[in-house]
Amino acid sequence: MSPSVRLQEMIRVIRGARTQGEERGVIQRECAAIRAQFRQADNGTRSHNLAKLLYVHMLGYPAHFGQMECVRLIASPRYNEKRVGYLGAMMLLDEKQDASLLITNSIKNDLSHSSQYVQSLALCTLACMGSAEMCRDLAPEIDRLLRASNSYIKKKAALCAVHMVRKVPELGELFTPAARSLLSEKNHGVLHGAVVLITELCERNPDTLEQFRKAVPELVLMMKGLVMSGYSPEHNVAGISDPFLQVRILRLLRILGRNNDTASDAMNDLLAQVATNTDSSKTAGSAVLYETVLTVMDIKSESGLRVLAVNILGRFLLNNDRNIRYISMTSLQKIVQTDHNAVQRHRGTIVDCLKDQDASVKRRALELSLALVSAVNIRSLMKELLLFLSSCPPELRAHTTSGIFNAAERYAPSQRWHIDTILHVLTTAGGDVRDETVPNLIQLITTATELHCYTVHKLYRALITDISVQSLVQVACWCIGEYGDLLLRGECEETEPVQVTEDDVLDALETVLQSHMSSPATRGFALTATMKLSTRITHNVDRIRSIVSIYGSCIDVELQQRAVEYNALFKKYDHMRAAVLERMPVIDKSSPGHTNGESAGGTIKELEPTKLTQEIVFPQEPSNQVCDLLDLLGGSGEPFQPSPSLSSTAPGPASSTAGGDLLDLLGGLDVTPAPPSVTVYEKNGVTLKLQTDTQTDTGMTVTLTATNSTDGDITGLTLQAAVPKSVQLQMKAPSGDVIPAHGLGQVTQTVLLNNPNKVSLKIRVRVCYTSQSSVCQDTVQIDSFPSTAW
Amino acid sequence: MPIRQMHFLLLLSRQGKLRLQKWFTPVTEREKKKVTREMTLMVLARPPHSCNFLLWRDLKIVYKRYASLYFCCGLEDQDNELLTLEVLQRYVELLDKYFGNVCELDIIFNFEKAYFILDEFLVGGELLETSKTAVGIAMEEAETLQETMEEYMSKPTY
Repeated sequence: MSPSVRLQEMIRVIRGARTQGEERGVIQRECAAIRAQFRQADNGTRSHNLAKLLYVHMLGYPAHFGQMECVRLIASPRYNEKRVGYLGAMMLLDEKQDASLLITNSIKNDLSHSSQYVQSLALCTLACMGSAEMCRDLAPEIDRLLRASNSYIKKKAALCAVHMVRKVPELGELFTPAARSLLSEKNHGVLHGAVVLITELCERNPDTLEQFRKAVPELVLMMKGLVMSGYSPEHNVAGISDPFLQVRILRLLRILGRNNDTASDAMNDLLAQVATNTDSSKTAGSAVLYETVLTVMDIKSESGLRVLAVNILGRFLLNNDRNIRYISMTSLQKIVQTDHNAVQRHRGTIVDCLKDQDASVKRRALELSLALVSAVNIRSLMKELLLFLSSCPPELRAHTTSGIFNAAERYAPSQRWHIDTILHVLTTAGGDVRDETVPNLIQLITTATELHCYTVHKLYRALITDISVQSLVQVACWCIGEYGDLLLRGECEETEPVQVTEDDVLDALETVLQSHMSSPATRGFALTATMKLSTRITHNVDRIRSIVSIYGSCIDVELQQRAVEYNALFKKYDHMRAAVLERMPVIDKSSPGHTNGESAGGTIKELEPTKLTQEIVFPQEPSNQVCDLLDLLGGSGEPFQPSPSLSSTAPGPASSTAGGDLLDLLGGLDVTPAPPSVTVYEKNGVTLKLQTDTQTDTGMTVTLTATNSTDGDITGLTLQAAVPKSVQLQMKAPSGDVIPAHGLGQVTQTVLLNNPNKVSLKIRVRVCYTSQSSVCQDTVQIDSFPSTAW
Repeated sequence: MPIRQMHFLLLLSRQGKLRLQKWFTPVTEREKKKVTREMTLMVLARPPHSCNFLLWRDLKIVYKRYASLYFCCGLEDQDNELLTLEVLQRYVELLDKYFGNVCELDIIFNFEKAYFILDEFLVGGELLETSKTAVGIAMEEAETLQETMEEYMSKPTY
């Protein structure tokens, strides 16, 4: 009987296992048998045993004991054994394994084998897992094969060369001449390989790129030939002759035409021809058209051609096929900055795609819609975006709210519209907004002085409807505390006024205070608002007094502290109360027209300390607010003697926790009695915490602590930091660079920051480490620091 | 700067079993398992008639379902997703031609053949052959080199 039946028999038995345990048992037995067979002398079944092992490996079971067998089989003179051996090498060995070096010699021999199928095995394996060393060793062989062999080998050698160039870029020079001559081949496989190789060479070496620009006419002719050629059964896909080769040629042309007028001119006609004549009713044609569009947009093409390209994308947008709509939007996204008006023309269709069922399409449509917002279309587009928000998938909500806020920030036609929009977002998706939203909204509200009455009315109505959305409730409480008198006046120009009594308003705030749904931060807002109302209402001050004194023994330390201070304000400093709690001045935004949150969610840029101050946004308002609140509590601009003592009775706590509160709201930090630390990075089992050791007006000392919860040690840990321009940074030596596994140890590093200009402190930390033999590098930005220990 | 076009190609069954895996970058066993798990979760959860393109980590994922198998590959950002769909289609056609009305069982019981076919079609993450017929011809010719057990046993030892 044919031996391979045994392999299939084994597969059948494994599949017949009814439970995981049974399967494991079968596999253990088989592996034991295989191991035994490996140890025996050659009996003709080695390849089948290895094949069985490979199957078992694919199921997820360990198979490393087969590595040496692969090496042995590769060295065998028999083709079927070599074949399975090489397959095993590709599956079980990679360049990191020592055993892979052992096959270098076999590969070398097989590259010169008389049978092209053996040569092919070696080439394929080399291209799959050849290490840099092996590549250097065997490159001359490959170069030889590129020049003098049949098409079957040439095409494989070409891709092998591609792999080698990727591993060892210097080898590019070796292959360049051979690559050039391959362009005159007729065989499509070889041509394709040649084009891929040339693309790789050109992208790595600008001189080579220069050289190959001379080949543009040849490539254009080649492409023309494909486009105009008649039906070729071998290469035809849905009416397109070899779309794979066409796409690769187009991509190469793109690279050659980039930033070069001559080359771009030479390919202009061709691109126009392809764009007009390619039948895009099936995916193959669309793929070619897509690549053409990408090329046109990337080179220095004529404006007419660009318009043609954008129109193609517009047509794609209307296509029934979701995939085509998706890639159309991807491309439009790339050009929305440079060809903004052209893309605007398709806004309607893009906005329609927001309603598509598919999550991928929705995401693309969202990105593109946000990029298309302008002063002209803000009102209509925002309507669509808000509609989208109410039904958008949860993973997109945070991004949507963020985008909406940015857009509103930039293009709000009026303050009332701006406030309404933000409130709408908070009501719809208040749980998914960034933490800075609350202070930002508060700041916005204070500046819209004529709208205070309108705003407080809207917020009051929202509050009595629903107190579950924390961000909304916080803003509402703040407003009511601040502008409660306007609410009670019972008249409002902009909207229907409410007729409420002081008790109603206090009831609303007390509901928030007592509700289980309210977060500690929210309750803090409610308590302060209640206190502020004591100077804005006339009848029920006693009720406020009693609330405040009750909370003086609240179990939440933050609330307790506030209540105690407010109590003190009532008892000992009642003469100051009115001044302390008076209306807040308009809060200035420090950086107008900025884009919020880009630093948090945007792409990680290179560490550039000098750029930090210009590009990054600081939520400055909160810290200003913090200072303001601090000042008010301690006395702002008014010469109170008690102010220093008020802050000195509870020295660290008063200033830092009040400051800590808003910072808490921003970052959800836990203000623990022990030196508070915040987790700034958590990935791959590596956690980095930041803890403030000391803090003064002009600087601070922080400690970064790295821990590792994975099974393997983390090595080569390095931390680098960047700070705003005027801040001086000094990093002390780290305690080590290896983090033991399983959280058994940690690495700490102290950083001294000197901030003489008292700018808002931000720090960007780049973390580099090696985990499980792979190098990881990440950058995190830390905007807010935990307050110092008491 | 690495522009490896295709990072991996996975064939997953509807029950989440791995039927074929080809990795075009050096990846540890552990990482392979992790990626496979994540792909399985992501791709099998997609509703029918969805868009075939996903974003995952910094890669584009192109997947297509053929009967009970999901063909799933991870691409670099530079790549043309529509063309990759055609690549997957072509691979299925090659399998179909070789096995004759290919189904999942063929790939299970003859997985090594599926790999051999793949190696005549994709090498180092790049397309090797664009002709519909060349791969089949190569497979046939390679198979004539394979000896059967009887032939081997009857050969004289030296």
